[in-house]
Amino acid sequence: MTAVDNTVINDTVDLATDATAPDQGRRKFLFMRNAKAVTGLVILGFFTLIAIIGPYIAPYDPNARSKDILQPPSMAHLFGTTHVGQDIFSQIVVGTRGVMVVGFVAGIVATTIGVLIGVTAGFIGGWGDESLSALSNVFLVIPQLPLIIIIAGQLPSAGGLTVALVIAATGWAWGARVLRAQTLSLRRRDFVEAARANGEKTWRIITAEILPNLTAIIAAGFVGTVGFAVLSQITLSFIGITSVSDWNWGTVLFWAQQQLALQRGAWWWFVPAGLCIALLGMALTLINFGIDEFVNPRLRSTGLNARSLRKRKIRPRIGFTPVVYEAKEDRG
Amino acid sequence: MRFFVRRIIFYLITLWAAITINFFIPRVMPGDPVQAAIAAAGGSISPDAIPALEALFGLDPDASLWSQYVDYLGLLLHGDLGVSFSYTGFAVTDVIKDALPWTIGLVGIATIISFVIGTLIGSGIGWRRGTWADSLLPISTFFSAVPYFWLALLSIAIFSVGLGWFPASGSYDRNMAPNWSWEFVGSVIYYGALPALTIVISSIAGWILGMRNMMVTVSSEDYVTVAQAKGLSERKVLFGYAARNAILPQISSFALSLGFIVGGTLVMEIVFSYQGIGFMLFNAVNAKDYPLMQGCFLVITLAVLLANILADFVYGVLDPRTRQEG
Repeated sequence: MTAVDNTVINDTVDLATDATAPDQGRRKFLFMRNAKAVTGLVILGFFTLIAIIGPYIAPYDPNARSKDILQPPSMAHLFGTTHVGQDIFSQIVVGTRGVMVVGFVAGIVATTIGVLIGVTAGFIGGWGDESLSALSNVFLVIPQLPLIIIIAGQLPSAGGLTVALVIAATGWAWGARVLRAQTLSLRRRDFVEAARANGEKTWRIITAEILPNLTAIIAAGFVGTVGFAVLSQITLSFIGITSVSDWNWGTVLFWAQQQLALQRGAWWWFVPAGLCIALLGMALTLINFGIDEFVNPRLRSTGLNARSLRKRKIRPRIGFTPVVYEAKEDRG
Repeated sequence: MRFFVRRIIFYLITLWAAITINFFIPRVMPGDPVQAAIAAAGGSISPDAIPALEALFGLDPDASLWSQYVDYLGLLLHGDLGVSFSYTGFAVTDVIKDALPWTIGLVGIATIISFVIGTLIGSGIGWRRGTWADSLLPISTFFSAVPYFWLALLSIAIFSVGLGWFPASGSYDRNMAPNWSWEFVGSVIYYGALPALTIVISSIAGWILGMRNMMVTVSSEDYVTVAQAKGLSERKVLFGYAARNAILPQISSFALSLGFIVGGTLVMEIVFSYQGIGFMLFNAVNAKDYPLMQGCFLVITLAVLLANILADFVYGVLDPRTRQEG
């Protein structure tokens, strides 16, 4: 953990100094040079790849029973086997698709609703704004997980897509609220006023002037929603509310719980799935950190560790601002 | 004053929306509550009883949706949530009344512990920014990425199955009758320790991170620099100037998290089979017990609403800036 963290910090330091250099060509790829974002994207890309090719590379049929009952991990069964001899590695590899599809579908649908409602509310103002923000505030206050459980529990044999749509329908409000606030502040900026004075059409102002300036927020909202959707879906599968015959990581954990894997000491049954979830969750968090640092350079220097500060003969204490630190850097 | 009036109107609208959603969900869903009740009773109900059941559950197909809605609102005003299917013969309000203290007690205490410890650690890390304390951050990021129920499963595997320190499920020793004796209270604490611990572990990261980031922001404010320049002791600057201002958003998110005490810990109660309101809701969904389901959802929503109101008002009182209209 520490080793990984140090490399991240060292790279961010490089970034902070690089950002002051007027090198346009490099600046374009600043986001891709952020170690956190790259780590997150690589992990996310890995899981996406598994989601696509998973069913073809899985060594066994995840439903196939065999004589190897409740075996610990071995070369034949990388993550061991279940109580009826199913291969857990295959279940997880095949189940990746279910997780990623729900995450991305819910993320895309929720982000689309959020952008439509948030940007519209922020741009039109007046009564339309009041009613649209009231709508998104209502959805923010209503508890999501119980609502998802009730809806998913009543749909007969709710499959992945249904779950994704239910999650999206309940999870768009936060993005809409943030986007509305940002649109409100953008609407009065000079470049938008200039576009309006030039006689640009409203839809062109929104798509060409406002939306590009919201890209980072939309991306962050999307990543956050994907993470929320993945966790919700896995939780739903784990408690057995949705169809337990579709494989995903939650289903693996559902069967582990049902068949008392804990009591039997079959740690390999629930540890790999949990680690996959944690890894995917961390990847999404890292991407969001990357986006945050890309948008707000001030955050880049807050992660400096003790050693690199001491090297610069700085004693960290309260009242010592990152901005002052940057200024000092520039002079030196 | 206008601020508070606007907020009250907003909460009334939200309350109405929640009640309406609650009314419509079972009615637009493909499942049939009456058929479900008959199935749940295992064929002991004759087909002749169907009209009586429909009338009882307010699902009379002859009554218009509007009159059903008005009846429903009338019943709610009298605090009547109907009769549970799965707990035969019990009113939903009684079932919920039994479950609610368990949730509030266990999760309430765990949330307070988590908030106090997390905020203290967070202000410490924010204060000593750039020392070893920062290495706590990646650890807390990891814990916030792990799904809660998995953490709970692992802790059951380690502490109940492996070491045998704590029971894996339930809320008290089933050989005892609930009463206020020391023995029984001890048993409740013993059974609640592991669930409470998992809640604290999974939620403390948020408090640490929130407080730490606010401390970092606040410590670059002028008044902190001035306080330091005046030569006040570190302690005084930390608690009297920096932490005091940094804690504002923490308090508002604490009020919000009070609402999630009722709803958000559903998964904990399911994993530990803890007899709180989340476990009730889960059982109701599995048993297709529509009145109980609606009742639980309504209570959870009300709790979140109340917490939001509390957060708004506390914030409005503590920070006068929020009362100004933008």
